Parts: sequence; structure tokens; C-alpha cells
Amino acid sequence: MARAVTTQRKTINTVAAWVIGLLIFFPILWTILTSFKTEAQAISDPPIFLFFDWTLENYSVVQERSDYMRFLWNSVILAGGSTLLGIIIAVPAAWSMAFVPSRRTKDILLWMLSTKMLPAVGVLYPIYLLFIQFGLLDTQLGLTLVLMLINLPIIVWMLYTYFKEIPGEILEASRMDGAGLREEILYVLTPMALPGIASTVLLNFILAWNEAFWTLNLTAAQAAPLTAFIASYSSPEGLFFAKLSAASTMAIAPILILGWFSQKQLVRGLTFGAVK
Amino acid sequence: MNPTRLAPRLTLGACALLASTALASAETLTIATVNNGDMIRMQGYTDDFTAKTGHEVEWVTLEENVLRQRVTTDISTKGGAFDIMTIGMYETPIWGANGWLVPLDDLSAEYDVDDILPAMRDGLSHDGTLYAAPFYGESSMVMYRTDLVEAAGMTMPEAPTWDQIAELARAMTDRENEINGICLRGKAGWGEGGAFITVTANSFGARWFDENWRAQFDQPEWANALNFFVDLMADAGPPGYATNGFNENLSLFQQGKCGMWIDATVAASFVTNPNDSTVADKVGFALAPDTGLGKRSNWLWAWALAIPAGTQKADAAKQFIEWATSKEYIELVASKEGWANVPPGARTSLYENPEYQKVPFAQKTLESIKAADPTNPTVMPVPYVGIQFVAIPEFAGIATEVSQEFSAVYAGQQTVDEALAKAQALTTDAMEAAGY
Repeated sequence: MARAVTTQRKTINTVAAWVIGLLIFFPILWTILTSFKTEAQAISDPPIFLFFDWTLENYSVVQERSDYMRFLWNSVILAGGSTLLGIIIAVPAAWSMAFVPSRRTKDILLWMLSTKMLPAVGVLYPIYLLFIQFGLLDTQLGLTLVLMLINLPIIVWMLYTYFKEIPGEILEASRMDGAGLREEILYVLTPMALPGIASTVLLNFILAWNEAFWTLNLTAAQAAPLTAFIASYSSPEGLFFAKLSAASTMAIAPILILGWFSQKQLVRGLTFGAVK
Repeated sequence: MNPTRLAPRLTLGACALLASTALASAETLTIATVNNGDMIRMQGYTDDFTAKTGHEVEWVTLEENVLRQRVTTDISTKGGAFDIMTIGMYETPIWGANGWLVPLDDLSAEYDVDDILPAMRDGLSHDGTLYAAPFYGESSMVMYRTDLVEAAGMTMPEAPTWDQIAELARAMTDRENEINGICLRGKAGWGEGGAFITVTANSFGARWFDENWRAQFDQPEWANALNFFVDLMADAGPPGYATNGFNENLSLFQQGKCGMWIDATVAASFVTNPNDSTVADKVGFALAPDTGLGKRSNWLWAWALAIPAGTQKADAAKQFIEWATSKEYIELVASKEGWANVPPGARTSLYENPEYQKVPFAQKTLESIKAADPTNPTVMPVPYVGIQFVAIPEFAGIATEVSQEFSAVYAGQQTVDEALAKAQALTTDAMEAAGY
């Protein structure tokens, strides 16, 4: 029998959840508020919270100075392309590890994860030289490949965890019914693991969107995404916090909106497992 | 054919030929630059360059530290991602010596290379060859509150000593009203607090290395400088100054919480701008202080434009550099936005201009730049070039660590003696490992 939860306990839980949620969201809220202040208001001490003369001037300056749409388009292509490519490679890989494991499967999984343990800057020069060699510097293709590769271990691990929850007998039954490997993965496994795949896609899209080492170091004018757009407004010699906040708000707005609309799917995938 | 009808045809033909030649040689230049007011302003005038030359420009604007890492990676691998790079006085002589930059030894006569301030030219050259053209230059100077100095019943000398600065700072400090007598950089980082304590130490007779590249932190001059700084900041500095850099001090000064601030000359235009500063009409300027040993504690820096050796567009890049660092560009900005907004500190002719002389901080900026000598930066002789830095590749890494030790002193985590002993040890180790 389910344990009855008292109203008082519910209230405490709700308040606690709101407080924690607001604490986590506060830096973003502060960035958004600062973007509507003047530079002088942005640095005022004590800080001004809500009662200031709201202005859109920072947005107009940012709009005038930078080609926001080009950065946005690059972010969409890089995050979308790398996630799609990653899923195409990771679904068969995770399938084989989950359903036809070998003696070395666990080692391979750990080895894949170990590539995430090396600081990115450690391989900057080799990757940079390879990019020069293959003419990939400052191209969407090059960046898509790199972002896909750095996120691939996470995609494989997540999908592997979700696939493990699916009973192998179901796949076996489909094989007995005459399904080939392609049909088995596409028409049996994928639909069953859809919530898990969806949350993997969303999480990796967000990771690729926010990636700010490779996207800054391997781009110049053509393939630079929104991370470079933000970096162009940061300055150690001059107080431009309001403009930086406006640029940051514009950079995170698309992903915030995406996260807002897909939060149910994301939470379900991350907390309840993969199986429908 | 009638010659009167032939002439227009010939003219049209010539024009078409010229246009097609211009189009054929028109390039798109990719320029890496920093985010500061003067550089952003230049981006707004790019159309003027395009109209004159036919070349297009694409800007890659990055935060200073990101830019430094980005262009260093590209130039050391001959990546060719950029046709022009914005670099500083630290990188230019090192990269020039490595053969990574195109020498700027054939600039046109109209450009008037001799008009560049000698200190800037020296700092951006290697073995007498100019490798980067200064877009703007800066030194450091004292910016002080005229009203607070007056209220304290004192005066600020034109060229103060450190003792006078300390006396004034302590007199202006009013903890109850949150007024700190002096705001100085304490933040770790070779270009932040590291730069400030280095120029302070220079004026106390200290140096980073002796003539044989031996670290000098075990010498009394360093202890004197560091003890003086720590005592002064304890009495008259803002709380938590160990994490204050340029921006933090600018914010404090603009809000009226500093009696004085010794920092980059470019800050003068910020603190006197009534839109951002609450004390805009109460700011005076003086030279950076000394201790009577012959060296003032002011630095020299320039953001300069250089052409990486890997570019295929060196000719167009040179045209851009000539345009952006020319006298004409300065006049263009002055005509549109006023003389206070032109890039300062690069050309002698700017400081001879009677219109520019009316700008309140112009004269002190020039005097500060003239008082800085990157080839002879310290009281005792040194084997290196550079005032707030040492122009060797190892310096950035070493100085970042040293400045972290010093910041730990400012934060009260260790003593001056402990920090200097650590600085001596780590600098000696790093220099030995580098083969000095």
C-alpha cells in the first residue's frame, strides 16, 4: 500500500524544490535581468534587482555589431549534426554491447569513457594539425565530427544502459518471426527505447550546443557557433557586463526554449528508464 | 574615328580594366582581434577600408586570454586561419624572432613609420625590424579624486613618489563611508596583478633576472617592494583586493569608492565618461610613482596588428594594417566621434595635434609612455626586453605561478618571505629546465 503523504510534508517538499530550483536558476535569471540594465546599473553596488529603468539598448548594440543568425545557424548545424551522427553510430554499438556482449565488452565501455578523462587541451595540437592537413579548420564538417567524437562515449553509455533494460526475449521473438538485424533495431528495439533515445538526443544536443573549447579553438569566421559569439563580448579591460549578458541571453535562449518544451521527455528518460 | 567619341570609350575601357583588376585581386581578410572599445570601433569603419581597396574583412573577436591561446595555436602550427592577428608587446618580439611574422619593413612613405612613438616601435621590433604596427598603446598612471585630495588638505604632485602616494592614500581612507584610499591590482595572472607588482618592484630597484638569467626574488629589493605594497593595501586598500583586477578596480573607482587608482592609461576615458562614472568630473591624473631610483612604476603595452607568416594574403593584409594604424584613420574617427575617442598612444603626431591636446588625459598619457623604456626597464641591468613582462616564451607560465604566490600573500594565506622563497624556487627550476 502506498504510504500516505501528509499535506504538511507535501508543502515542505514543494517549498524545498522551489528554493533549490530558484537557486539553480538564479545565475541565468541574473544574466537575463542584467541584459536589460545600463552598464552603470550592471555594476552598481548594492546590486539592483528589479527596480531599474529597463532598456533594450544592449540587445540593439549586440544585434548591430554581430551577425547573430550566422552564429545561431552554425550552432544548430553543429549540435544537430553531431548528435544525429552520434546516434547513428551509437545505436548499433550499444545494441551489440547490450545484447551480444563479449568478454571484453565491459573493458571497451570503460575504455570509451576513459577518453573523457583526458583534458581536451592535451590533444589540441594533434587535432589542430590533423585539421590543417585535411582542410577542416573553420568548417562545419570538421567541428561536427569532433563534437560527435567527444560526445560518442556518453551516447553509447546512455543507450547501453537503456537497452539493457529491454528483455532480450522480445528481440529473440522478433528474430524468430523473421526480422533481420536492420528490422530488429529499427522496428523493435528503437520504438521500445524511444524515451531513452529521446533523452540521449536532448542531452547530447545540449552538450554540443554548450561545448566551448573545440568550438573556440577550431573555428575562425565561418563555422563559429554561439559560444564564440559570447566570447566576443567578454573583456578583461572594460566593463561591458550588460552587453555580455545580452549576448549570453541570446545564445542560451534557443536551448532554454527547447529544454522547456522537452522537459517531460527529458525527465522521464533520465529517471524512469528507457522502456515504454 | 572621331577622337571626341574615342576618348570617353577609352576612359570607360580603362575604368572597366581597373575595376576588373581590382575585383580579381580583391581578397577577404580574416582578422583576429580583442574585445575592447577601440577595436570594436574600428570594426565599424571597415567599410571605409573596403571602399578604398576593394578588400573585404571578416572579424573574429575574442576575449583576450582566449585570443592569445587561439592565435598561438594557429601561428605555431602555421594553420593559416587568420591573415592578421591582434597581438601584444609580449608576443611580438618572440614571434618575430621565431620567423612566425611577416616583417613590416616595406611600409609606404605616406604611412610615415617614423611617426610611431619610439617606445612603441622598440617594443614591437626584434633586432631592429618592426613586426607589428601599434593600433593603440598604453602606459599606466595615477588617477585620483581631486575632491578627496582637497578634502584631506593635501595636493597630488605631478610626479609623486611611493611615499607620497602612501601618505595620501592613508589620509583619504574613510572606512565608514566605504572609501578606500587606493585601489590596486592583486588578482593572480601575469597580465593582471603580476604586471602591477612587477612595475612596482622595478621602481624599488628589483628585477626578475640578473645579467646571467638568475632569478632575483631572494634579493632585498623584492622584499621591500612586496612589503610596502602589502602594508599599503592593508591600511588603505579595499577588502578582498587579492581578487581585484582591472575591471573590479574600474568598477570601484567609477562608484566613488577609491581615492586613487594606478592602472592603464586607457582607463582615463572610462573614469571621465559621465555615462558610466559617478565621479567623472572629479578625476585628476599624475605620473606613476617612483622611489627616487630613476625608474617609475609604469608599464608599456600596445595592441598591435601583425601578419602571420603562413598567410597567402600578405599584400592585402599590409594594406589593412597601413589603413588601420594610419594618421588618416585617426582623423576619420576624430571627425565622426571626437578626439577623445581616437586610438591613443601610437603616433607622435597625435600628441602634437592642438585639438587632441585639449583632451584632459592626453598629456599625462604621453608623458607616461615616454617614461617607459622596454629595452632598459630596471634600475640594474637586465638581459631582457619588457617592463611588466620578460619577453621570453617561458615567462607567461612562470609569472602566472609567481603571481599566484603573491596573491596568496594578499589574501593572508602566507607571508611575504614564504611567497618570495617559493617564487625564487619555482622560477629557478623553470629557467633551468628551459636551458638558461
